[in-house]
Amino acid sequence: MERVSAATAGRLPVLLPPGPARGGGAAPWAGRFGAPAAYLVFGLVDILVFGLHAKGDVTFSFTPEFAKVSVPNLSLAAAATAYCCGAVTAALAAVRLLDVLGVVAAGRVARRVLIGAVLFLFVIALLAWASGGQPIPFNVVNLLSGTLSESIPIMLGALTAVICSTSGVINIAIEGQLLLGAFCAAIATTVTGSLWLGLICGALAGSLVAAVLAAFAIAYRVDQVVLGVVLNTLVLGLTGYLYNAIMVPYGDTLNNPATFNPVKIPLLGDIPIIGPVFFDASVFLYLTYALLLVIHFGLARTRWGLRTRAVGEHPVAADTVGIRVLATRYRNVILAGLIAGIGGAYFTVGSVGSFGPDMSSGEGYIALAAMIFGRYTPFGAIGAALLFGFTTQLQSILSSINVPIQSNLLLLTPYVVTIIVVAGLVGKVRGPRAEGIPFVKS
Amino acid sequence: MTPPSPAPPAPETGPSAAPPPGADGGGDGKAARFQDLLRQAVQENTVTVTVLALLSAAVLGGLLTAFTSNAVLHAWSGFFSAPGNAIAKAWSVAAGTYVALFEGSVFNPHTVAALFQQASLPTAIHDGYLSAVFNPLSETAVQATPLILAGLAVALPYQAGLFNIGGQSQFIGGAIMSAWLGYAVSLPFFVHVAVCVAGGFAGGAALGWLAGEIKARTGAHEVIVTIMLNYVMQYFLAYVLSSQSLMQQPGTSNSITLPIASDAHLPLLAGTHLRVNAGFLIALACAFAVWWLLNRTTTGFEFRSVGANASASRVAGMNVERNWALVMLIGGGLAGLAASSVILGTDFTLNPQSYGTYGIDAITVALLGLGRPGGVVAAGLLFGALHAGSPGMQTATGTPVQIVQVIQALIVLFVAAPPLVRATFRLSAARGRGAGTSMSKGWNA
Repeated sequence: MERVSAATAGRLPVLLPPGPARGGGAAPWAGRFGAPAAYLVFGLVDILVFGLHAKGDVTFSFTPEFAKVSVPNLSLAAAATAYCCGAVTAALAAVRLLDVLGVVAAGRVARRVLIGAVLFLFVIALLAWASGGQPIPFNVVNLLSGTLSESIPIMLGALTAVICSTSGVINIAIEGQLLLGAFCAAIATTVTGSLWLGLICGALAGSLVAAVLAAFAIAYRVDQVVLGVVLNTLVLGLTGYLYNAIMVPYGDTLNNPATFNPVKIPLLGDIPIIGPVFFDASVFLYLTYALLLVIHFGLARTRWGLRTRAVGEHPVAADTVGIRVLATRYRNVILAGLIAGIGGAYFTVGSVGSFGPDMSSGEGYIALAAMIFGRYTPFGAIGAALLFGFTTQLQSILSSINVPIQSNLLLLTPYVVTIIVVAGLVGKVRGPRAEGIPFVKS
Repeated sequence: MTPPSPAPPAPETGPSAAPPPGADGGGDGKAARFQDLLRQAVQENTVTVTVLALLSAAVLGGLLTAFTSNAVLHAWSGFFSAPGNAIAKAWSVAAGTYVALFEGSVFNPHTVAALFQQASLPTAIHDGYLSAVFNPLSETAVQATPLILAGLAVALPYQAGLFNIGGQSQFIGGAIMSAWLGYAVSLPFFVHVAVCVAGGFAGGAALGWLAGEIKARTGAHEVIVTIMLNYVMQYFLAYVLSSQSLMQQPGTSNSITLPIASDAHLPLLAGTHLRVNAGFLIALACAFAVWWLLNRTTTGFEFRSVGANASASRVAGMNVERNWALVMLIGGGLAGLAASSVILGTDFTLNPQSYGTYGIDAITVALLGLGRPGGVVAAGLLFGALHAGSPGMQTATGTPVQIVQVIQALIVLFVAAPPLVRATFRLSAARGRGAGTSMSKGWNA
């Protein structure tokens, strides 16, 4: 059939000159001096915006309330801190400039460390400005643990996306999987009174959406991007409808779930700073750790992973050696839906409690962006998801300490960061070769 | 800035490019077009499939309303004692939902009865009783206007292989420009409307271009970029509407602009009792303009060629990236016009919810319209009717208006997968292509 020709189209570019939109990435936009110039801008913002307007002292606290072991607070002069950050950033810009000019040869890892350092210094300067002169110390542990919990749906969604994409199916319906997961978890928990049943129902709801996606994408070969968006619309409409039709009139009996309490892991949870951030959180976070390790190990080291990657890279070859391409894709997409469903359940039984219409607010799409930024690897995707979670958490902390920036402008930062990341920082990312192309056995 | 009706260069006769892989021969007159239609209806049965998709979605929507309605749920609890009661209740709720939808969007017999109960016909007409008869149709046209325009904003880039789901951001861009020009600028009547409409186009076009340019320059997928822009613009709108120095009505704490000056209102088409306005004509003109652009100009030829096969188009000497940016610019402008039609035609002010669900509805309209301008008009009218009927339906039967979104999504889901509909209804397999399948070429393309 004609779809096969679409699969072979991937081989065509061998004959063609590489297009500017591929590969070349940010080069024509920013030029060679884009990176050092951008670093310099960050440095100038550190000095001119944050440094000049900072007042008083900034106090960083590293201890949560009621901690057994306390770490002393760190008090710094706010303006001086911002100036230092700016100066160091400017120095890093100079280093990057030398790298561009060829005086110093920095590897890929070194460049990434540079980017990380610039952003880290920017955040420190921002916090010095925002929190300087405030009576309450700025709690770093809250920022970090909040980052992790904010990221949970994005991390789980990104893991779903990694599995689906690796097996060759674009899953844009993560948003819908999160939303239906949240909805069903809220109902199931309220009705049965069992948090774990709610979690399971949420997971199953996510995999239900995934199953519809799989059926239409694999059996009916509908365009997967279009299909995903339509499924998201369907779930958005359906949950909005059911919310008004049954949840509003019967709020107490259908939409009043309990939530998971944080579980502190003995010993590990008592380590200063690290303990409260990583080991004193809800079950969802521990599930995320486990899934991350399982998926990373599974994709890289097991027969299942090898077959999954083969099906996503070159289904024809996989089929030739006897791998059942369609069955593998079905199974992976539906199983991955379970993960996104758990992520959705986090919205209701993990954090907020009751369900609200459109409560996933685009995090499914952010998860996709995280997957791309993370170069289709589980650890990369989790790292990118944490970056987005950090932006969200920073935004909510800043608006709670009355920073003189309008809250709506703070709210849009995570989305701007996503665009910048997808457009500017990602550069060349090649997904699995057969991603999004239906397979037809000839 | 490009005027509302996109005016690309006149068709060149030079040896610009090879025939695009997906170009059809075009109609050689009525006979050919009729044959084409016949072939679609019978052989590829696109029309049949679309009709059956509508039917299936309507049935599923009816089942959903029937089984979630309060009255019916109560009746079900007594199913074993009085099974007939439950089924009758379910039927009456589902049927009532669709009757209310129809009465709100096409024709309501009560209005005719009311008209003829009046003593004298001329006074009745003067009092608006005749208008009441046509009010449902007028409302359908009013609701369809932004849907058609926003649907075109998705359909045009779709032809060039781009999936523009940033209708919401472009709508907000256009709305901000239209509203600002509407209340802050003082101009004579006709000029003012024209300036506001052009401003709406420009506002939407700027955001569409931004997404297209990011895609062209960096290869970032337009789906993610446009979705993120939607959220960015949503918060940006809330920001400008809550800041006294920007667009918030002076002296109030409400998130709303000043009312639009009355010379910037789109002129009404059918008397003061009906809301149908010139925006509807703009929408139809834009649909024609998009058809003309796609089928009769070099620019449109390049769009379709890029959409059919970007690599081949590049080899043929087309600038694929420039086409992406341009098609998104025009598409964004169309979404901006949708905003103008709402702000200047019905709302006359801008609030943080003005964008409604137009961004999502536009996608369903474009997909149901199979990405073609004529189809978009038809789909826009259909969904406009659903929207026009839904408030009345909610008051009459208590069914939440979100049912409309569910039905829309179901329709598109079925339309996108012709094999599913064929299998369900045992139609003969044909080589028809659905909305979705025409673009299956993956994430990296």
